[in-house]
Amino acid sequence: MSSSHMLPQSWIGWCALAVGALVLAILPFYVPSYYVGLTTVAMIAAMLALSVHLLVGGAGMVSLCHGAFYGVGAYTVFFLSPEGSPQPTWLTLPAAMLVSGLCALVVGALSIRTKGFFFLMVTLAFGQMLFTVLHDTKLGGGTDGAYLAKPILSLFGYTFDPMSLPRSQRSFPAYYVALGQLVVTYLALAFLLRSLFGRVLHGIKLNEHRMEALGYNTGLYKLGAFTIAGVFAGAAGHMWSLQSGFVNPELLAWHKSAEALLMILLGGINSLAGAIIGAFAFTALGEVALSLTDRKLLVQGLVVLLAVIVLRHGIAGIRLRDPRRWLQSIRSSGKWPNLTVRKPVQEARQND
Amino acid sequence: MSAALLSQLLNGLQYGLLLFLIASGLTLVFGVLGIINLAHGSLFMIGAYIVFFVVSKVGSLWIAIPVAVICGLALGALLERFLFRHFYDREHLDQVLLTFALILIFEEVRSLLVGNDFHSVPVPAILDFSVPITGTFSYAAYRLFVIAMCLVVAAVLFYWIERTKMGAIIRAAAEKPEIVDILGIDARRIHLVVFAVGAALAVMAGGLAAPLTSVYPNMGSGLLIISFVVVVVGGLGSVSGAFWAALLIGLIDTLGKAYGSSLVSLPLGQVLAALASMSVYIVMVAILLFRPTGLFGRRA
Repeated sequence: MSSSHMLPQSWIGWCALAVGALVLAILPFYVPSYYVGLTTVAMIAAMLALSVHLLVGGAGMVSLCHGAFYGVGAYTVFFLSPEGSPQPTWLTLPAAMLVSGLCALVVGALSIRTKGFFFLMVTLAFGQMLFTVLHDTKLGGGTDGAYLAKPILSLFGYTFDPMSLPRSQRSFPAYYVALGQLVVTYLALAFLLRSLFGRVLHGIKLNEHRMEALGYNTGLYKLGAFTIAGVFAGAAGHMWSLQSGFVNPELLAWHKSAEALLMILLGGINSLAGAIIGAFAFTALGEVALSLTDRKLLVQGLVVLLAVIVLRHGIAGIRLRDPRRWLQSIRSSGKWPNLTVRKPVQEARQND
Repeated sequence: MSAALLSQLLNGLQYGLLLFLIASGLTLVFGVLGIINLAHGSLFMIGAYIVFFVVSKVGSLWIAIPVAVICGLALGALLERFLFRHFYDREHLDQVLLTFALILIFEEVRSLLVGNDFHSVPVPAILDFSVPITGTFSYAAYRLFVIAMCLVVAAVLFYWIERTKMGAIIRAAAEKPEIVDILGIDARRIHLVVFAVGAALAVMAGGLAAPLTSVYPNMGSGLLIISFVVVVVGGLGSVSGAFWAALLIGLIDTLGKAYGSSLVSLPLGQVLAALASMSVYIVMVAILLFRPTGLFGRRA
C-alpha cells in the first residue's frame, strides 16, 4: 500500500500525531482555563488551515476566498438562531456545511475557469463580495456583527448544558468538541488524499495538461476539491460560533484566508499535519507577541517575512539531521535571479 | 441630465482615474515581473500619509505630492532590490504571503509613527472653489484638478510604454523575457524601474486622494480589491485595458453606491441594495464568463 505525499511516510509520523492528539485530550486538566480557550481557538484555526490545505497542498490551488466560506458557516448559525433561541448542533452543523458548500460550489464553478494569478484575484474578489454583502447591508447585523445563541450540544434527546459544570470547566465542552472535529477533519482529509480523488488532484498540481491528456476531467476534480474544502471551512466556522457566540463581517475578510495560508506555510507546505502545527505556532506566536509588546501584528508580520524568506518548507520540513539545508536556503535566497523563464510567466503562457 | 446624476458621473470618472493609477501599477508589475503585490494598497495609504505629513509641516500640497512621488520611487526601488527580486521564481503562495506580511508591517509602522487617528488634508487655497458647469450645478475645482492630473499621468504612461525605447523593452520583457536577456539588455534594471514606477503611481494616487477623503488607517485595502477587479476586467498586463476597465468600474461602483441605498424603499429593496453593493463583482463575473482573459487581454 502506498501513502500519499501529504501524509506521514512511516508509522513514526502517525504515532507522533496520535501522541499529539492524546496530549491535547488531557491538556485541559493541567492548564488554567484561559489556555483551554486559547487552544480551542488554535484548533479552530487548524481546521480552517486543514481545509484550505486540501486546495493548496492537494491540488496546488491558492484560494483567497476560503475565509469567506468559514465566515458563511459562522453566519449560518446566526441566521438559524438569532440571539435567544438556540438550535441543536445536529441541525446547525449540517446546515453550516451545506450553505458553505453551496457557496463554494458557485464560486468554484466560476473561478476554476481561471488559473494561477487570475484564480487568486478572482477568489479574492468573490470573498470580498460575500464580505461586502454582510458588511454593507443590515442582513447580518451590519458592520458591528451580532451575538447569537450558541448551538446546544444535544444528541438523541439528551441535552448537555455547559452551565451545569463547575466554573473552571465550562470551557471544556467546546474544547472537546473542537478536538473531536479536528481529528475527524484530519482523518477525513487524509482519507481523501489517499483515495483516487486525492491522487488525481496531486496529478493536477504537478501537471494539469498531462492529467487532461490522460482523460481526466480536471475541472470537475478541482471543483470537487474546492467544494469539499468549502464544506470543511464551513464546519470550522460553525465551531467558531459555538466557541465564541459572536459573528462579525471580519470573519469573511480575505485576511482570514491569508492567515490560513500563513499557517500552512509556517507549518509546512508539504504535509497535511503542517496545517495543524502552523495553526498552533501562529496562535502561540500571537500570544507571545501580545505579552511582549502591544504591536502584535508587527511581530507576526516580521516572523512571517522571515519564514517566507528562510523557512521554505515550514516547521514540519525542518530536518534536524541536516543543518546544511538551512544554510543552503539562506544562500540561495541571496542569489541573483537566474535567466530562465519565470514560473508565473510560464504558467501564463501555458494558459494562452 | 439632472445635476445630481452629473455630479455622480464626474465622481465616478475621478474615482475611476484614481483606480487607474493603482491598477496600472499592479498590472505592469505582474506583466513584467510576474509578481502578485497585495501590498499595493498599502502604498496608496503610505502616499496619503506622506502628503498629510508634508502638508502639516510645510503647508503646501504642491511640495507634498512631488515629495510623495519621489518617496514612492525610492521605496519601490528598495522593495524590489531587497525583497521582490528574490521572489520572481517562487510560488504564488510565497508571493502572497510575502506581500501580506508587508501589509501587516506597513500598517503597524504607520500606527507607530502617526497613530491610528483620522486626519484631514486641506484642499490648497488656489483650488478651493467650485466651477460652475451648468446654470444650477457646480463642481469642486480640486476634483477637476485630480481628473486632469490623472489624465496627464495616463498620457505620459502611454507615451512611455508605447513610444519610447525603454517602453519597447518593457513590453518585450513582459512578452518574452528570455529574448530580452539574450539581447544583452539588463533585465534587472528594467525590473527595478517598473516596480519603482508602479509603486510611485500608487503613492501618487494616495497623495492626490488625501484632500478628497480623509487620511485613515487601512485606507488602501478596499481600493486594493477593486484594483484587482479592474486588472481582471481589463486583462492582465494591459495598461490600456486597465484604463478603460478602471473607468468602467469607477462609474459602476460610484453609481451603485449612490443609488443603492435609495432602492431599499422599493419592493425587494434589501435584495436590490445588496445587488447594488455587489455590482462591481457582478460585472467581473460576467466578464469572466464571456471573456475569461479580460476585455483587452490576449485571446486564449
